[in-house]
Amino acid sequence: MKIKKLLEWYEEVLSMPHRQEIARELRGEDDLFLLLLYSEMLGIPNPVYFYTLELYPYILEKFHDWHLRMGMDKSPLTGIRCC
Amino acid sequence: MHTILLDAIVGSVFENLAEEVRKLNGILVALLGIVVMAIGYRFYSKFVAEKIFRLDPNYVTPAHRFKDGVDFVPTNKFILWGHHFTSVAGAAPILGPAIAVYWGWLPALLWVVLGTVFAAGVHDFGTLVLSVRHKGQSVGTIADKLIGQRAKILFLFIILILVLMVNAVFAWVIANLFVSFPSSVFPVFIQIPIAVWIGIIVYKKQKKMLVPSLIGLVIMYGAAILASKVGFLQIDLIKYMGGENGTGLFGLSTTSTAFFIWIIILMVYVYIASTLPVWKLLQPRDFINSHQLVVGLAILYLGLLFTNPEITAPATNPGATTSWFPLLFITIACGAISGFHGLVSSGTSAKQLNNETDARFVGYLGAVGEGILALIAILAVITFFGSKSEFLGAYTSFTEANGIGLNVFVNGASQLAAGLMIPTDIAVTIVSIIVVSFAATTLDTSVRLMRYIIAELGMEYKMPVLARPHVATTVAVVSSAALVLLPHGPKGFGSGGYLLWPLFGTSNQLLAGISLLLISVWLKRLGRNYAVTLIPMIFIMFMTLYAMFQQVVFEWSWFGSQSNMLLFIFGAIIFVFAVWITLTAFHTLSKEKNEPN
Repeated sequence: MKIKKLLEWYEEVLSMPHRQEIARELRGEDDLFLLLLYSEMLGIPNPVYFYTLELYPYILEKFHDWHLRMGMDKSPLTGIRCC
Repeated sequence: MHTILLDAIVGSVFENLAEEVRKLNGILVALLGIVVMAIGYRFYSKFVAEKIFRLDPNYVTPAHRFKDGVDFVPTNKFILWGHHFTSVAGAAPILGPAIAVYWGWLPALLWVVLGTVFAAGVHDFGTLVLSVRHKGQSVGTIADKLIGQRAKILFLFIILILVLMVNAVFAWVIANLFVSFPSSVFPVFIQIPIAVWIGIIVYKKQKKMLVPSLIGLVIMYGAAILASKVGFLQIDLIKYMGGENGTGLFGLSTTSTAFFIWIIILMVYVYIASTLPVWKLLQPRDFINSHQLVVGLAILYLGLLFTNPEITAPATNPGATTSWFPLLFITIACGAISGFHGLVSSGTSAKQLNNETDARFVGYLGAVGEGILALIAILAVITFFGSKSEFLGAYTSFTEANGIGLNVFVNGASQLAAGLMIPTDIAVTIVSIIVVSFAATTLDTSVRLMRYIIAELGMEYKMPVLARPHVATTVAVVSSAALVLLPHGPKGFGSGGYLLWPLFGTSNQLLAGISLLLISVWLKRLGRNYAVTLIPMIFIMFMTLYAMFQQVVFEWSWFGSQSNMLLFIFGAIIFVFAVWITLTAFHTLSKEKNEPN
């Protein structure tokens, strides 16, 4: 029992940085995806911009964190209530 | 003059006591050190936690406040400690003590034990708490806030010098071990494809990593056994060129050529390793190396327990031509106090601390872990020689000690391993692989770090071209290669990297000094007693300044005893930085008003 616990602890110690790396990479991809969806606000025309707004309710919670990570203190979309 | 007097006093007071201890054995000394560090953890760190930092179990740590599942993740304190310890432990706490025993084992032992209790523990613990109380930011960013923009730039430059020294010294460490112990080359290189394989299994196939990384370790040690026994698997460049007296490339001696080739290969390797995504090579290598840390510590301490070797080295070395004061304090950096730990504590571990009260366990005990590694490094070296005169015959001068320390450690550690029935030739290979792996991990990380710093400085000084990964990496790798090849060792071109060791120790101590300063400023602002961090800071800064002044003026300058322009220039730069930091420290501290909490 003790040994099993020790092994679990050891595995966790080893996998911690790795798990973080995966999460970081996933977040990076998600950010890029969001950036593509809302490329309009960077001045890059996006023909489906109108439709991408439909996704907004689903990403509302993450939206605030995202624009902070992208280096924008305030929400870049004037029509969207964020902060 | 006064240092000679000090030597005499220390000698007479401790010699008798030390003689008694020496007669006993290595286990007792190890036990003594561990007990003192344990008492330090049990009582001193508790005092610091409760009375000075006043850790609050109800404080919402950054891990909870900014929880994002990526950087900010509340983590169990045992796991965080394990992660913290494996990140900070490396080859440096082995190399420093192996050199410092030149002054006898007692000064090294005292500095490691007391340094861990009063300096390293408080520093690692303090930077962790400081960072936790500043949104988990790194020490550099906190310096910007507490002192000002200039402090941040100063900080970046010190780290830049530190990583440059790390790159040069560790490249030398690896090249030296490859030249001295050719059987270690094959197993070390076999680790690279294994690491890539583990990366694919774990990352692409989402498998657990414990089993594959253990398989990797077994394959590596299998290769080590094979290489120790089979002659043609020992990649001995000197032998290929016809032995020590053969002909090398470009008119160099064969040893110089061997060093040169290994250093170039290493630099090409670190270039590739530090530009690849981390999961492809660096992380899986770390997994294997974490096992090696456990294996290494287990072999050494069990070996000590089974062989119970007699300490043959003298307690103090009255015949030392270079005084221990103040050089001892920059020779052993990691293991007694290390600024590098502050970089891990703040910014990484601070973002994952579950509860503020865990900081004592993670930070302080992390430093104790490193102290224990340094302790066994001392013991491996001081029990290696057959007699006192053999020891004195090997450690003839400080420069000589710098050069041979590592090889003595490898041999001493193998002698301890012999207590576990491991044949000496295999033990030598395995121990040198362990040291090479530690050094390689540090090298990889620090080249990567250097690349980031160059990029950041490039942005700061409006040179965006430096921010490009390949440009920054090229600058980092080329400057490191130049630095390691420049100093001339007794074995010729490329073999003098160890001469940079005091510079590495100094820049590491300087970094620790700034971190301690930041903690003091913060404590003063809170109206707390900041003596616990101020005293080690003054101690460290005084020793660093004194040692650098002595080395730069009396050793390395054009009228010094060992005139060396390269060391002189770097030493002078570091000295100026040290003066600058000391002035900043006193200016900042005197400016701060003591406001009651």
